[in-house]
Amino acid sequence: MKPVVLLEDIYKTYTNGEVQVHAVRGVTLQIESGEFVAIMGSSGSGKSTLMNILGCLDRPTKGRYLLDQVDTSGLERNERADLRNQKLGFVFQGFNLLARTTAVENVELPMLYSPIRVPPAEMRERAMKALDIVGLADRADHLPNQLSGGQQQRVAIARALVNHPQILLADEPTGNLDSRTSVEVMGVFQRLNDQGITIVMVTHELDIAHYCKRNLIVRDGKVVRDEAVRDRSISAVEMEKLRNAEAAAKLIHSA
Amino acid sequence: MRITATSIIALRALRRNKLRSILTALGIIIGVAAVIAMVSIGNGAKSSVESQIASLGQNVITVFPGSSNMGGMRGGWGSSSSLTIEDAQAIEREVMGVVAVSGEVRDRQQVLANGLNWNTTVMGESPGYLSIRAWELETGTMFTEADERSTAKVAIIGRTVANNLYTDGDPVGQTIRIRNLPFKILGVLKPKGFNFFGSDQDDVVIVPTTSAMRRVARRTNLSSILIQAQSPDAMPRIQQEITDLLQQRRGGREPDFNVRNQMELAEAATATSKTMTALLGAIAGISLIVGGIGIMNIMLVSVTERTREIGIRLAIGAHDRDVRLQFLIEAMILSLLGGVLGVLLGIGASELVSVQLGWPVLVSTMSVVLAVSVSAFIGVVFGFYPAHKASQLDPIDALRFE
Repeated sequence: MKPVVLLEDIYKTYTNGEVQVHAVRGVTLQIESGEFVAIMGSSGSGKSTLMNILGCLDRPTKGRYLLDQVDTSGLERNERADLRNQKLGFVFQGFNLLARTTAVENVELPMLYSPIRVPPAEMRERAMKALDIVGLADRADHLPNQLSGGQQQRVAIARALVNHPQILLADEPTGNLDSRTSVEVMGVFQRLNDQGITIVMVTHELDIAHYCKRNLIVRDGKVVRDEAVRDRSISAVEMEKLRNAEAAAKLIHSA
Repeated sequence: MRITATSIIALRALRRNKLRSILTALGIIIGVAAVIAMVSIGNGAKSSVESQIASLGQNVITVFPGSSNMGGMRGGWGSSSSLTIEDAQAIEREVMGVVAVSGEVRDRQQVLANGLNWNTTVMGESPGYLSIRAWELETGTMFTEADERSTAKVAIIGRTVANNLYTDGDPVGQTIRIRNLPFKILGVLKPKGFNFFGSDQDDVVIVPTTSAMRRVARRTNLSSILIQAQSPDAMPRIQQEITDLLQQRRGGREPDFNVRNQMELAEAATATSKTMTALLGAIAGISLIVGGIGIMNIMLVSVTERTREIGIRLAIGAHDRDVRLQFLIEAMILSLLGGVLGVLLGIGASELVSVQLGWPVLVSTMSVVLAVSVSAFIGVVFGFYPAHKASQLDPIDALRFE
């Protein structure tokens, strides 16, 4: 089976005035279909740049990037936009939903930009199905400000899923969420991964990375560690633990 | 192009910001309404001037007497008493393409009837006068050539005179006394209203030219000669022939007459109202441009404010032209919406002006079509820069924008 992502000796250099910043220096990486990868690193390590390159938002200065066997190096701005639309799904730290726009209309957005025209009825149907996957079908007509952070992030996940992407890219998806909601969102990711969806996420939280199957650690623009996760956290189990802890706290409180 | 999808996106974006959309469109609404109202008022004025000029009669050439020179003291135009009834007869006889000729004598007289009296203009005219002035009788008949030959004591009167002297009953067949002579009233003219010099055209008594000369004004010369030409095209030729004929009749003497044509007058009057319409239109047009700049301003603010949104769209797969089109369509919808509402408001304002102030108002289809298409054009022109700016954003920077 061919890898979904193949990075070959990727470099990214920014020129900031006179100073050259080497954000990524020589990353070679292969991600197979069905993997669940966390990219970790402190700020300034180059993990965000790497993520932007993976997401076809940025082009490497040097190296080759094959996404689903398509060489992305020579692609134009708009061709990369089509690639993002068809093969990638994005989940951002700040949710990035359109304000004053209902959940279902937010989820429809990628289909409006699809290179192949999607009829409006099918659009609505697919959006509802995606909302159903993340368990928010009953909130379809709610506006983002009527939803909790966790729910907003789940709408964003539904939006990322709606065009059946090859990979789901998540940039600090739990960064703006409390620990309980984080566990909930990681549960959604785990369920999706169990259904065979490839997920790559950036995080700096160790316990969040523990929900993934594979951890990459980036430092100074290089992958310094690449290892499978042992004793992986399972969302359902963690949820149970949280609930017990809360119950215990309540007992103490009432006693 | 994904026009349908982009239109949906643009409409959703406008709907998200209802108040702002309406405020932005307000500039265009007022601009278009101003254009419609101003041009309507201008057109109304123009058409009322035109109808007044038409009421003076069509294809009319007027011969006025020249200036007098008495021992070195020169009078103005019309001061000499050089036009005679023979001149009028000669024109009628010798110039081709003349439909009617009327030698005119004007005199102010105190007229009496029914024990009432009234100061009015008594005019001596030929039977062809009504045709020349495009005037019709309300009741009765016009006097004839025979009346003119026999200096008959017959008259037709205008509405104002009829109203003032014959408070009850039909004046036709009754007698009006001019200079103490009884004139029999043959007919009453249809009301013509005020002319654009402000005088009441219906305040008049018309008698045959010969009667006016001998019995009323007691003079031998004419105040002017009115000539109606067959067609507008024939007018320059007829005007020239009249000049030649009159010159010839005067031998080698210096010309003591002046041939004018009504078109010149009409042109001057319509040129004035055209200038007024253009001026009003230009002022209103400026407010339309200001409205357009308002749209551009709001769209620019909107691009900055929605940088993140643009980033999301680009990240999710929007092409630069999708974003550009979205902002262009937003600007166009705003300005078109403003255009349509502005047309309604403008028509409403014109109606209000015509009802409240009694000004003549004419809403032309042309100005409506023009205002709406100009507002759409403004949407494109002033929307393009912000739209282009939005489309060129880098998705990464746009997403990072706070």
